[in-house]
Amino acid sequence: MAANEFAPWEDPQAKPLIRFRNVTKRFGEFTAIDNITLDIYAQEFFALLGPSGCGKTTMMRMLAGFENLTEGVIELDGVDVGNVAPNKRAVNMMFQSYALFPHLTVWENIAFGLRRAKMPAADLTNRVEEMLKLTRLERFSSRKPHQISGGQRQRVALARSLAKAPKLLLLDEPLGALDKKLRQETQFELMDIQEKTGTTFVIVTHDQEEAMTVASRVAVMDEGNLMQVATPDRIYENPNSVYVADFIGDVNLIKGTAKSIGEGQYQINWMESLPPLNAKSSLPLSDGQSCHLAIRPEKVAINAEKPEGAVNAVQGKVLDIAYLGNLSTYYVQLADGTIIKAQTANTRRISRRSFTWEDPVWLSWTATAGVLLES
Amino acid sequence: MRRFLLIAVPYAWLLVLFLVPFLIVLKISLSDAALARPPYTPHFEWAEGVWAFFSQLDFENFVFLTSDSLYWKAYLGSLQIALISTVFTLLIGYPIAYGMARAPEEWRPTLMMLVILPFWTSFLIRVYAWMGILSKEGFLNQFLLWSGIINEPLVILNTNTAVYIGIVYTYLPFMILPVYAALDRMDGSLIEAAEDLGCSRLTAFWLVTIPLSRNGIVAGCFLVFIPAMGEFVIPSLLGGSRTLMIGKVLWEEFFSNRDWPVASAVAVVLLLILIVPIMLFQRNQQKQAEAEQ
Repeated sequence: MAANEFAPWEDPQAKPLIRFRNVTKRFGEFTAIDNITLDIYAQEFFALLGPSGCGKTTMMRMLAGFENLTEGVIELDGVDVGNVAPNKRAVNMMFQSYALFPHLTVWENIAFGLRRAKMPAADLTNRVEEMLKLTRLERFSSRKPHQISGGQRQRVALARSLAKAPKLLLLDEPLGALDKKLRQETQFELMDIQEKTGTTFVIVTHDQEEAMTVASRVAVMDEGNLMQVATPDRIYENPNSVYVADFIGDVNLIKGTAKSIGEGQYQINWMESLPPLNAKSSLPLSDGQSCHLAIRPEKVAINAEKPEGAVNAVQGKVLDIAYLGNLSTYYVQLADGTIIKAQTANTRRISRRSFTWEDPVWLSWTATAGVLLES
Repeated sequence: MRRFLLIAVPYAWLLVLFLVPFLIVLKISLSDAALARPPYTPHFEWAEGVWAFFSQLDFENFVFLTSDSLYWKAYLGSLQIALISTVFTLLIGYPIAYGMARAPEEWRPTLMMLVILPFWTSFLIRVYAWMGILSKEGFLNQFLLWSGIINEPLVILNTNTAVYIGIVYTYLPFMILPVYAALDRMDGSLIEAAEDLGCSRLTAFWLVTIPLSRNGIVAGCFLVFIPAMGEFVIPSLLGGSRTLMIGKVLWEEFFSNRDWPVASAVAVVLLLILIVPIMLFQRNQQKQAEAEQ
């Protein structure tokens, strides 16, 4: 990793901006957050990712001060904020519904927090103008929220929550209400604004693509637990569990038993009639231990002939083709019925596609293509 | 054509049941009292012609209204009682509506039911019930004497206090329902957003909840003020001889004095006074409808 890259989480000296220490939150009998310990550093763009009901929104609401902790401590800049009311925290939130005040204009919405902070009039005007410029809303400053488009409302919400220059900005599904094209543009805009302002962003999302695009680190959550906290590429390439591998992106999960053949090399026996698969892993697996091999479809090559010298090769026939425009995913059925997905870029026009339904094909991948996971 | 018919139905309704009766009342107010049946002249006779009929009409009764201080004092008395009652209804109704809107979802239909429940019995019976509560030997005095809070029974019945109690009680649902509707529609995350941006609970209420329920408040106030202004049953049953309200005066002119022309003049002036708040109310409703588009 390059030395100048932003990675405070790798520096043991770095002081985190936010510390969750053994935080538990229960709603009656239901445990929403189960003993979570997590550090988030200043200027990070941190994503909390998970299916609905995984506790990500509860984490955010605890940071904002809308939920009390059942157990544990949350520190913001070294100060325990457990009993600090939402209006006394240097934290602002952008709501999923935007929560723009319908009776106030765009200008007044952005000025709302500054007015509460008793900012002098001249500074306030400058700050609001600055925010309007940052979010390209100058032309709409005198409109009411119902007179502007969804994308513009999203930007007003962002400007309003950034106006007070919070130490930490929380974004609850900030792009959820936008259509796909606008969402992609806005993702880059968000990153740009985060960089310009140097604010720490914590974003809650269920959209893994969004989390991967914007975040410096991603926390994958499930049922109130952190499954993995890492950079997007590590989450994708080195998932630490079957859950994470399966949740992020598309994956082939092959169940088998491991047999060490030395030097971090393993043979995986997965089907009696077929030769074992080869994989490299730093996991200390004992012989005969059951494991999963997770391989991304794009790392599986598809050929008409058995490729020379392939470490792993299996034969099957094309069962289905998912045509995505730029990519095609081939669903290849092996002799015993197992389906393995292989993805290729459509570099040629569709009429010249090499394979079609029912074609016999060979799938192959290298020893390092897959990730070995303990079951 | 079908559209025209659809629009014509409410207009025909208003024409037959509002405008025509109003014109009749207006005509009587311009007539003279007479010992006859009906007790006024002139009556329209085809033989005498339209001009002769109109020439007999005059504003004498309206001039008479200004000559006797009873009338403008009664108008002012009504205005005062209606205004003060509206303020009290708002002060009591708003917290109730707020509580209803904040109550758990499954409770709300029940609470709503409880607000509407009094309408199931006759209004008159409910006002009579208040006589039983407020009278010198009534339940309220009995309770207060029994609990030792007072030694002498309070005189509430047949005073303005009783009229205020009666009006506030009767019109409370008309305040609660529109305010509740406005509060119920409000997005709860707006309050959280206000707190997040530095408001205390109280300032968030003042800066967000109150402005966003403004339309409900305005609608509720008009719905209370307008009928309270012309109220006749409550002051005549609960009020005393010193309670001066125009509805009561109107009733006495019609039925005790049998002076229909003066009574009609009183009614016409009352309507003119009420047209101002009614039009303001209409404008509020219209603005609300526009804002929601």
